[in-house]
Amino acid sequence: MHNQESTAAGRHAETAPAATDIRMETRKLSVFYGDTAGVNDVSLSMYNKKITALIGPSGCGKTTFLRSLNRMHDLTRGARVTGQALLDGSDIYAPKVDPVTVRRRVGMVFQKPTPFPTMSIYDNVVAGLKLVGIRNRAVLDEVAEKALRGAALWDEVKDRLKAPGGGISGGQQQRLSIARALAVEPEVLLMDEPTSSLDPQSTIRIEELMSELKKQVTIVIVTHNMQQASRISDYTAFFYVGDLVEFNPTAKMFTNPNQKRTEEYITGRFG
Amino acid sequence: MAAAPSTYELVRRTPPLLYRWLGDRIFAVLVTLFGLTVMGLAISLAVVLFWEGSEAIKTFGFWGFLIGTTWDPALTLTFGTFPFLIGTVVTSVAALALSFFPALAVAIFSAEYAPRWLSHIIDALVDLIAAVPSVVVGIWGIFVLAPWLRDHFYLPLYMWAAESRPELLPIIGSPMGYGMTTAVIVLALMIVPFTAALSRDAIRLVPKAQREACWALGATRWEVIRMAVLPYARSGIVAGAILSFGRAIGETMAVAMLIGNKNTLPFDLFGPAATMPSVIINEFREAVENLHLSSLMAIGFYLFLISLIVNLLAAYIQRKMMVAGGRSA
Ligand SMILES: Nc1ncnc2c1ncn2[C@@H]1O[C@H](COP(=O)(O)OP(=O)(O)OP(=O)(O)O)[C@@H](O)[C@H]1O
Ligand SMILES: [Mg+2]
Repeated sequence: MHNQESTAAGRHAETAPAATDIRMETRKLSVFYGDTAGVNDVSLSMYNKKITALIGPSGCGKTTFLRSLNRMHDLTRGARVTGQALLDGSDIYAPKVDPVTVRRRVGMVFQKPTPFPTMSIYDNVVAGLKLVGIRNRAVLDEVAEKALRGAALWDEVKDRLKAPGGGISGGQQQRLSIARALAVEPEVLLMDEPTSSLDPQSTIRIEELMSELKKQVTIVIVTHNMQQASRISDYTAFFYVGDLVEFNPTAKMFTNPNQKRTEEYITGRFG
Repeated sequence: MAAAPSTYELVRRTPPLLYRWLGDRIFAVLVTLFGLTVMGLAISLAVVLFWEGSEAIKTFGFWGFLIGTTWDPALTLTFGTFPFLIGTVVTSVAALALSFFPALAVAIFSAEYAPRWLSHIIDALVDLIAAVPSVVVGIWGIFVLAPWLRDHFYLPLYMWAAESRPELLPIIGSPMGYGMTTAVIVLALMIVPFTAALSRDAIRLVPKAQREACWALGATRWEVIRMAVLPYARSGIVAGAILSFGRAIGETMAVAMLIGNKNTLPFDLFGPAATMPSVIINEFREAVENLHLSSLMAIGFYLFLISLIVNLLAAYIQRKMMVAGGRSA
């Protein structure tokens, strides 16, 4: 069954539009938890300054795949990655690559907002910069403002930058997490259901934000929300039990998918 | 025979009223009783200590007794606990200072660095050390540690000072091996497991999401610990340190065996000294004079007050430094 799925994915990869420039790309990437595969032989391209949405039913490996793109699995006991993940053409799993460097280039925003609660809003935003040793106050101020503006949070917090990062609303916390990820100017931003715990207002703000952000960064987003995927993404990848079933431009995916299963999922007949 | 009642019926059947009422009451009464007993015990302990010590406190005054520097049970029957207060404060502060960072290092290593099997071993050892009776630690101190410290540390230093810096001799004091420094070192060893275990638990409670958020920013392992783990766990770590401090204040046996027991100020670095618990255990058997016995009780009362304050402080600091609610976790 798995073979069938991946050949299907392979066939449709051919019909995908020509790769103008690929920022990140996996080749036969699999992730194992112990002996069971969470993701199976996935080959997927993520285009520069585009938004790629990962969709699929719960437990199909979206998070697992996303976390393989910045080597987060290195931290999970028993998790193992095989295959390749290329960032600008070079494999981030190559022997001499330092995962810390990879994570600086490939940022991540999690499902739940994760501000550091003992730090101020300001310190949260510049946390990544302090890690690389930037201490110059003027530089930090400038980056903090830029990142907070980028995350559409500046106006709401500019008067209380010294307030604790945990003392703002959930939606604001999530935008703070995004600002923190943006401050280090990553090339790729991974987002795992970033709006699933937020109200519609905050969700819309973050969606607008992503459309703005893709002028600079390549975004990969996991979402359970089909409308969201169709609204904001340029490409969509449909996963099913660890396999990539279909990858296509979002417009095609949502109007005329190649796979029956994709159609069934998108139209809500299972999942 | 009638059909067995359905679950629906069973669930809705009115239960025996008396049974429910009684069960509820009995449980409430029992729980309240035990709760009150503990409170009553603590209060009656304080009251008894104060009552028994009241003769001394009346004679020398509440503060007078605390800051009186003369402890003379033989001739003048004058009692002031200041030397022991100083002894207690200095030994426990020094023991905490000496043990805090090593204990924190053990906690970090066990919680963050060690592979699982090794951290199990470390945890077991930490618990084991905490469980060694203090009289056993004291014996080890008397026969192993104190002679070793004397030969390799106190005596050489003393000789060096006698030759080249004689003005330091009064500060250094007698290099016998039984005295303040030895007591501090042993106390430090005894509280390491407490600080380590409490810090380790606080560190393990830091949510995975906090660590991952930090990793995702491109932090190294140590940076994750410094930036995400320790700040989040700080309230538990500090409370653990204060509780260990409380233990150091109250530790009796090992200190009494090693501190050399000298009842007059000034104390010096290596020479003998005494603490509030050590003087109680050393003298209660020989206290024939009423005032003497009452003074020992009064020391117990002040010790009780100090422990109470330390524990309240720990609770306060923990609440104060606690990461706000669950919302930001
Ligand atoms: N740490 C782990 N250890 C073992 N198995 C795991 C682990 N994380 C995920 N899995 C398994 O891997 C598979 C894929 O999980 P993953 O979290 O990637 O799914 P998902 O598509 O993100 O689901 P959801 O939409 O519910 O978030 C699941 O079968 C899951 O049980
Ligand atoms: Mg997921």
